Amino acid sequence: MTDLSIDLGFLKLKNPVIAASGTFGYGLEFSPFINLDKLGGFVVKGLYYSPRQGNPPPRLAETASGLINAIGLQGIGVERFSEEILPRLKNYNTAIIVNVCGEYEEEYVSVVDFLNKKEGISAYELNISCPNTKKGGLCPALSPENTYTVVSLVKKISLRPVITKLSPNVTDIVEIALSAQEAGSDAISLANTFLAMAVDVETRRPKLANIFGGLSGPAIKPIILRMVYQVASCVKIPVIGLGGIMSGSDALEYLIAGAKAVEVGTANLIDPEATIRIIDELEEYCVKNGIKKIEEIVGTLITQ
Amino acid sequence: MIKDPQSCIVRKESWNDYYLLSLESPKIALEGQPGQFIMVRITEHSHPLLRRPFSIHSIDGRNVEIFFLNSGLGTSLLSQKKTNDTLDILGPLGKGFNLNDHFKEKDVVLIGGGRGIAPLYFLAQRLSFLGASIRIFYGGKTLADLPLKDKLKKTGFKTFFSTDDGSFGFKGLITDFFKAELEIFTPIHIFSCGPEPMMAKIAKIAQKKKIPAEFSLESVMGCGIGACWSCVRKTRRGNKEEWVKICEEGPVFSADEIIWKEGDK
Repeated sequence: MTDLSIDLGFLKLKNPVIAASGTFGYGLEFSPFINLDKLGGFVVKGLYYSPRQGNPPPRLAETASGLINAIGLQGIGVERFSEEILPRLKNYNTAIIVNVCGEYEEEYVSVVDFLNKKEGISAYELNISCPNTKKGGLCPALSPENTYTVVSLVKKISLRPVITKLSPNVTDIVEIALSAQEAGSDAISLANTFLAMAVDVETRRPKLANIFGGLSGPAIKPIILRMVYQVASCVKIPVIGLGGIMSGSDALEYLIAGAKAVEVGTANLIDPEATIRIIDELEEYCVKNGIKKIEEIVGTLITQ
Repeated sequence: MIKDPQSCIVRKESWNDYYLLSLESPKIALEGQPGQFIMVRITEHSHPLLRRPFSIHSIDGRNVEIFFLNSGLGTSLLSQKKTNDTLDILGPLGKGFNLNDHFKEKDVVLIGGGRGIAPLYFLAQRLSFLGASIRIFYGGKTLADLPLKDKLKKTGFKTFFSTDDGSFGFKGLITDFFKAELEIFTPIHIFSCGPEPMMAKIAKIAQKKKIPAEFSLESVMGCGIGACWSCVRKTRRGNKEEWVKICEEGPVFSADEIIWKEGDK
């Protein structure tokens, strides 16, 4: 029997596989297909304080081994989430993480302040990195100063652990990660999508109404993997790796490179059972390689 | 809503660029309703990455049938599948057409444009079962775009065909043919699927004549199960306009809910 559990320090997970925000709805959408209790956890769709309409369609463009989305964080807001969704998530025995968004610094604080009073949440994931909400993909995660500001403001009032989700659209990811750590973040999830675009050559129009969107899927995995390796080598807090994980083998690459856990995103859209399959494949790998506890392989990359 | 990872292609038909695949999937066949759709995984590899949505064209015993036009990478690869190949499918998904007993012995009209005929065949079968008197209008650019005309004729429904170039049936748009026929009869309900400008025109006619109408909308989809919010359409409910998910709240919407795109009015 392999022990797949992971201890993030502030949160114990049954296994390293967490469903990523924006690809997993509010979790319940997947209950017809999988037993949510088997997951390490799931991150619900990003929440602003108020309901949000998001971007006009088309919101999605498929590219080689990837997809670009510009949903624009359409969502139901904290009140409806607390009234309609949270009570239905109560019966699930897995880590439920809420992805917290903000149009401006104070909004992150308002969302966390509101949710602090509600039960059934294991941690917050601060989405300071969504490329789809302001023109040109601006977000706090693009600068160490703004990262520090938002994380420290939230940490001051948060009654729950805070995971900071970083953007890969930066020149020095380590600098930003260190800034999040210094501001008191309990963990880092790395990373959100790459700012990208696609053109329809027949119409000469962008394939997305928003022109830009965020690229995810297998196409981005090698780049994020490199970032996870760089960051995990420099920070003391746990790193959660995400970007293009489609299989157990992909997840293992991240764990070996130094991620303590992983998030699975785009794969959920293609196969609603993807997370469960990945967990099974992790277990198979451990059994085959005589690994008793999966935590043993975290950060074991051999470079010499 | 189930995942059938190995649904077997038991039958394949083709007409130029149009294809019909019959997929053995007893559970989806049992639950599927007209207007609902399935998500088909095209390849186990990563390109094309996403599943493709297809309306249920028909349910034949244990089999779910889809009808599509080869019009891009996904449908091109799908058109190359052979009998006895298996496909990974999800379904039945979404909300279908509104079927009820008050259609019994009443005139209803189904209007399909091009590949939009796909869900209307299944709908006609069920409406026929309910005892409705069915007229099917089926339009295409040319004769080659009406591959199902013989199949529809055989059903015994009243059929009306049009082609833009006059190569078969009424010469002109199916909407004009329909409008002309409305001089002679008035249906109690209209069901339609096809290009947006066609549906927008039908919605306008229906509104003018105060005939309830329903439309099956098409969209690129990410997941098909309401998780990614990619396939949204602006709709009106009461005084409220909002983006709603086509995969979850549709793909069938009533005429008064749909806000047609600029230029389609």
